[in-house]
Amino acid sequence: MSRLLEVNDLKVSFRTYGGEIQAVRGVSFYIDEGETLAIVGESGCGKSVTAQAVMGMVPVPHGKVKNGQILFGDRDITKLSKKKLQQIRGSEIGMIFQDPMTSLNPTMKIGTQIREGILKHQKLSKNEAKEKALELLRLVGISDVEKRYSQYPHEFSGGMRQRVVIAIALACDPKLIIADEPTTALDVTIQAQILDLLKDIQKKRNSSIILITHDLGVVAEVADRVAVMYAGVVVESGTVDEIFENPKHPYTLGLLKSVPNLDSPDKERLIPIDGSPPDLFAPPTGCPFAARCPFAMEVCVMHMPDKETFSDHHYAKCWLNDNRAIKVEEMITAGSEQLV
Amino acid sequence: MSENVLEIHDVKKHFNVGNKQVVKSVDGISFSIKKGETLGIVGESGSGKSTIGRTIVGLYEATAGKVVFEGKEISQLDRKEKREFNRKMQMIFQDPHASLNPRMRVGEIIAEGIDAYGLAKGKAKQERVFQLLERVGLHPDHATRFPHEFSGGQRQRIGIARALAVQPSFIVADEPISALDVSIQAQVVNLLEDLQKEEDLTYLFIAHDLAMVKHISDRIGVMYLGKMMELAESQTLFQEPLHPYTNALLSAIPVSAPKLRGTRERIVLGGDPPSPINPPSGCPFRTRCPSTMERCAVVMPEWKEVKKDHWVACHLY
Ligand SMILES: Nc1ncnc2c1ncn2[C@@H]1O[C@H](COP(=O)(O)OP(=O)(O)OP(=O)(O)O)[C@@H](O)[C@H]1O
Ligand SMILES: Nc1ncnc2c1ncn2[C@@H]1O[C@H](COP(=O)(O)OP(=O)(O)O)[C@@H](O)[C@H]1O
Ligand code: SF4
Ligand code: SF4
Ligand SMILES: [Mg+2]
Ligand SMILES: [Mg+2]
Repeated sequence: MSRLLEVNDLKVSFRTYGGEIQAVRGVSFYIDEGETLAIVGESGCGKSVTAQAVMGMVPVPHGKVKNGQILFGDRDITKLSKKKLQQIRGSEIGMIFQDPMTSLNPTMKIGTQIREGILKHQKLSKNEAKEKALELLRLVGISDVEKRYSQYPHEFSGGMRQRVVIAIALACDPKLIIADEPTTALDVTIQAQILDLLKDIQKKRNSSIILITHDLGVVAEVADRVAVMYAGVVVESGTVDEIFENPKHPYTLGLLKSVPNLDSPDKERLIPIDGSPPDLFAPPTGCPFAARCPFAMEVCVMHMPDKETFSDHHYAKCWLNDNRAIKVEEMITAGSEQLV
Repeated sequence: MSENVLEIHDVKKHFNVGNKQVVKSVDGISFSIKKGETLGIVGESGSGKSTIGRTIVGLYEATAGKVVFEGKEISQLDRKEKREFNRKMQMIFQDPHASLNPRMRVGEIIAEGIDAYGLAKGKAKQERVFQLLERVGLHPDHATRFPHEFSGGQRQRIGIARALAVQPSFIVADEPISALDVSIQAQVVNLLEDLQKEEDLTYLFIAHDLAMVKHISDRIGVMYLGKMMELAESQTLFQEPLHPYTNALLSAIPVSAPKLRGTRERIVLGGDPPSPINPPSGCPFRTRCPSTMERCAVVMPEWKEVKKDHWVACHLY
């Protein structure tokens, strides 16, 4: 598989009345062609801001990419002109947001919105664009497309609107689809339809998907790889199996333990993560999870842990995995043996 | 066999929405809840879950039918009894931001009910507020702060402390964890479970996260377009669902681990839920039901106990 996108040491901050918010504090990840990468983490951890940066849409003037590269093919998105970015968005990168109404114009007919999207990026006649729009509506599972074409967003249900947004995102065969909580506002039966639809389209077109979500079930269902974010940092990343079967970061483990397991017959007590995430005005210098971590050591509070690698794809940032920590353990064992 | 603390009989709640149009948000629902039990209610957005909850606590007056609490019909209560009902029956809301008065200090919010029912005064009241804060995992110092100084999970704890302050016996929790992060949801669910044991509470727990509803509920009711489709013990409902809608709903839940991918056979529902202003004739689910028959368009199926403690409304049974 070839590399489609690579993000290196991305830092994004916002200026606010209260001071500077360091929303993204050195995020790195990559995505290959045809792959689905899930970014998970609790609200405020920087998922959406990361996505905004990848699309070159960090809100100005308050937001700023302070550091890092976002390599899309041979171009660095952080260095492109506004015009170039606009060209890429909608043609090479498609976007789907949580609330479909934010991406749809309530005063414009559904069909017109899709057709305009197509015409902006492709040299087609009006009629050809309409044909293409109808085909897209069919592709996302909308029936009676001729009639639906000339209806307004309010005449569609939430699930149908989200499908229209997907149709618009797909209008120009993007290589990369960024979906920020695309099913969070939807009922579970509709969520299943939308996820199936995304998987289906991916198979047909070999597109890559960055799926932002806080729902571990959605991750288990569709992701190839996962990046777990906490307080503006990717604390663990790996294949979906590595993350679910062999989590190496206490936060990942905590997330997995705090949701009930439908597939287990016994009712087990949930194991919550105590406390709440740190304030990004003054992020901790050490491990961002230290205040909530049951395994926190002195070093955790003082120093940000290094990246420890477990396989080609799997790494975590936690002192527990540092080989010096193992040495400490060995010392203790050795010490206790001497005592015996 | 413990007694039913709550029974509702054929309860309807209709709203006039202008133009002579009526939304039948809740349209003929019956069930009962035993003391100390948790009944979970699931169903898609707009199916009437909040409306039934609000009707039970008396925020809405039922359009028809009876709500019977501790053996007495609530529309027949005299003033004193009504006051006592309002104390015993408390509600916790989904949005911990909107449900707390932003201009009141946390201590005042919690003490409001204590004052209203004259449950404690002066130092004893102060003590009670501190005790409640600690009980829900907050700190007595928090009493002097304002709601906006707290996180979503903490605000939900304040809402729970406020409900507990008047020593209720029954709590309607309407999506109490939906607005919270995964790691915080478990904190609140564990708290609700502990309180139930310690204070002998009965819960009506409304949610759309099916895994969480299964985790917390003894029995679960499934609603669709203002009607109850099925009601059974949690395990039974998940293992032997009878109603075609329940089947579809359960099949749509994402798997809990990637190795289970593809093990759940998905029943894809065609179309979208119909408008509650103009519901289909007969069975409300018939426009999307894979097993629909001629009869389904004509008559609404009866609410039947087809096995012991397993109720369903469907012509297949
Ligand atoms: N005060 C009201 N006036 C008019 N219609 C109402 C009112 N309250 C609820 N409805 C309608 O009644 C139906 C059921 O609403 P309800 O809020 O009970 O749904 P719900 O199952 O709680 O949904 P959700 O999962 O979105 O919270 C909806 O069609 C809603 O629009
Ligand atoms: N436009 C903005 N102005 C100021 N702060 C922002 C803005 N957008 C996001 N933030 C802050 O950046 C952090 C990360 O936000 P976000 O990426 O939206 O989180 P999430 O992981 O929930 O998507 C949060 O602290 C948020 O409040
Ligand atoms: S580095 Fe320390 S505090 Fe951070 S997750 Fe690992 S053990 Fe916990
Ligand atoms: S009554 Fe008919 S339409 Fe309704 S759920 Fe049963 S089979 Fe389906
Ligand atoms: Mg977000
Ligand atoms: Mg509701």
